[in-house]
Amino acid sequence: MDLDDTPEQAAYRAQVRSWLDEHKAEAPILTGPGAVEDEDEIIAVRRAWQGKLAEGGLAGVTWPKEYGGQGLGPIEQVLCNQEISRAKVPGILDAIGIGMLGPTIIAHGADEQKSRYLGSMLHGDEVWCQLFSEPAAGSDLAAVQTRARQQDDGSWRLSGQKVWTTNAQFASYGLLLARTDADVPKHKGLTMFIVPMDAEGVTIRGLRQISGEAEFNEVFFDDVSVGADAVVGGVGNGWGTALTTLMFERVTIGLGSEGMGYNSTRFAGAIAADEHARRDPEVRHQLGEIASELLAVRFTGYRTLTALQKGQIPGPEAGLAKVTIVAGAIKAGDLITDVVGPDALDENSEWAYMISFLPGLKSAGGTEEILRNTIGERVLGLPPEPRLDKGIPFSELRSKEGAAV
Amino acid sequence: MNLALSDEQVFLREAARGALSRFKTLEAAREALDGNASAMPDLWPTAKEAGWPGLLIGEAHGGAGLDAFDAMLVLGECGRVLAGIALLGHLPATAILSDAPNASELLEALATGERRAAYLPAQPPSELDERWSADPASGLGRAALPTASSGGESGRVSVTGSFAFVPDVPGADVLVGAALLDGKPVGVAIEADAAGVSIEAVSRYDSTRSLGHISLEGASAMLLDAPEESLAAAWYLAQALIAAESLGSVETALDMSVAYAKERFTFGRAIGSYQAVKHSLTEVLRQLENGRSLLYYAGWARNGSPGEFPLAASAARSVGGRALDTAARTMISVHGGIGATWEHDAPLYFRRAQLSRRLIGGTAQATDRVAGELISQASAS
Repeated sequence: MDLDDTPEQAAYRAQVRSWLDEHKAEAPILTGPGAVEDEDEIIAVRRAWQGKLAEGGLAGVTWPKEYGGQGLGPIEQVLCNQEISRAKVPGILDAIGIGMLGPTIIAHGADEQKSRYLGSMLHGDEVWCQLFSEPAAGSDLAAVQTRARQQDDGSWRLSGQKVWTTNAQFASYGLLLARTDADVPKHKGLTMFIVPMDAEGVTIRGLRQISGEAEFNEVFFDDVSVGADAVVGGVGNGWGTALTTLMFERVTIGLGSEGMGYNSTRFAGAIAADEHARRDPEVRHQLGEIASELLAVRFTGYRTLTALQKGQIPGPEAGLAKVTIVAGAIKAGDLITDVVGPDALDENSEWAYMISFLPGLKSAGGTEEILRNTIGERVLGLPPEPRLDKGIPFSELRSKEGAAV
Repeated sequence: MNLALSDEQVFLREAARGALSRFKTLEAAREALDGNASAMPDLWPTAKEAGWPGLLIGEAHGGAGLDAFDAMLVLGECGRVLAGIALLGHLPATAILSDAPNASELLEALATGERRAAYLPAQPPSELDERWSADPASGLGRAALPTASSGGESGRVSVTGSFAFVPDVPGADVLVGAALLDGKPVGVAIEADAAGVSIEAVSRYDSTRSLGHISLEGASAMLLDAPEESLAAAWYLAQALIAAESLGSVETALDMSVAYAKERFTFGRAIGSYQAVKHSLTEVLRQLENGRSLLYYAGWARNGSPGEFPLAASAARSVGGRALDTAARTMISVHGGIGATWEHDAPLYFRRAQLSRRLIGGTAQATDRVAGELISQASAS
């Protein structure tokens, strides 16, 4: 049992570190003195920086070499993330594209799609967004209602609404899950499309959250036309294609959770700063419980890395770490706010921002309830809840739902 | 980065599971609760045969020279079947003696299990309380650590004071722990049959756990030249071991609960298909997985980063203890009324949870220690 790099890993780490030492002066400054403030400017400099990281081999670490990646494994991705964080420079802007959507296109896309889109995605020339969730399809993603209808010339017309779309406001393309056949059971009538975000009929609106900031968007499609070549992975195969994206999402979240900033050291620092709180038995007890669980998550991450190193893919149980992090951070936010008082709720306070962000995060990437269902069924082998949608054509299901209300 | 178990560790765990499966530990526990204390099997010969008494003693002294994590694997197996085996008391005692060069002649008989040691738990100071302390016989306040005074004989002291609810003390040959000499903690080894030593065997709620109150009246002790860090590390080792043992019990409680949730039907479907039941079982799994991760942390830190061992072991105890509480109560709820009866095994795990939570400082003290360690770190940086 050890936490050390193997000689090969140490060599890779050294290589990444030396590239960063050489180039970190070129990195954009996003916080503190001299930080770029204009929002468009921030995106522009971060895209350029992603391009530099790609040239240095620090973006698309796990992508195959033929698509501009390094052809390395998830361990090297983690080492690279650690070094970027250590160098205190921004990481890639398009983590969703490079971490989830690019790998989906690599797995399911046509050769023309791969050569057209992957290079510009990797270098940040074109940013991507994920158009999966809808107002009425989140946990039950296969219930998406955005409709794609094929025209006589083979092209498609898209109508519907997507939501929780990160980066949509500056994305060039989106990967969109739509219903192409409503007369078959819901998982069967889905198809994945590539959609240019500047197409006629696409409307993007910022979706403000509890903090008042808009970190997500809602995107409307009003009879948007895309070509027959926009289909990824074949008509009617959208669910299988989406599952690939979701698998990569799990890996991305699993490997990135340490970086979320919800850690025991930060929370203990806030308690230690108050002379009374640091001696108060009840505060200490709560801090001890929260911190113990967050410390556990760090070693759960190391266990995941060990499994990855042996060629295993993290299973759904990785979702438990997300439940622990979010629940722990919510409790920590409450505790610290109790200690600090109303000043913690000042709009400029890091704690106000954190406690505003967490209720939404609880549902992001799978609600806590759906994660517990999945883990109960896949890991513990418990029987699934009876389902009322199996084998029923989507159109019929919708009318049944309508009648039941 | 490698947290995978080695082949030897897998073998150690499987061998422990196999050896313990030869005993009907749960049936014995129930019989003992009914008043037949002699029903409890003597597992020490099994421990001797497997080499567990010498797990933490170096090979030069007849031990296996293994590490805390290996010991945790064995304790986990003991916890799975509620095996009353005296390792929780024995192993931290051997860890202190291994750090005391002048105690090396004691080690061989302890490594083979010919003689058995018991650890006298002494809680190290925290950032809020600079005293070493012992578990109290009753109440929330910490008890004073026994005091040692030098007599005529060089290398020996006489010790006066008491320890309450010490695991595995009845039947032990030598008691090893800390006492205060001129206000400073020193390591002591006391023969259990020495003059001035009286041991009262006590049983509380969990028939699988052997406990004792110790009273020392000028008991003659060997003064150990173990460093103060070693005395503190023994406390944290005991925390890690009880955490591992608790998580072993959680594994069984969860397995039994899941099995029942699959076979018990209500309203035409298995109760495990209801979200309320499913989510409570995934909560047990969540706490179990967090606890397991912290066992790795503690196992790694003891040698890999000793400064973190107090934090790691205390966090493991905190999460492991709460996991057992949750698992034992969930097991009863999932089984419904039958889970709360004498006929079922669930009450045995519940009793184990209730007592473990209050021993060797208690789960709550470990939780407070996690906070204290982190607050100290934050203040130092």
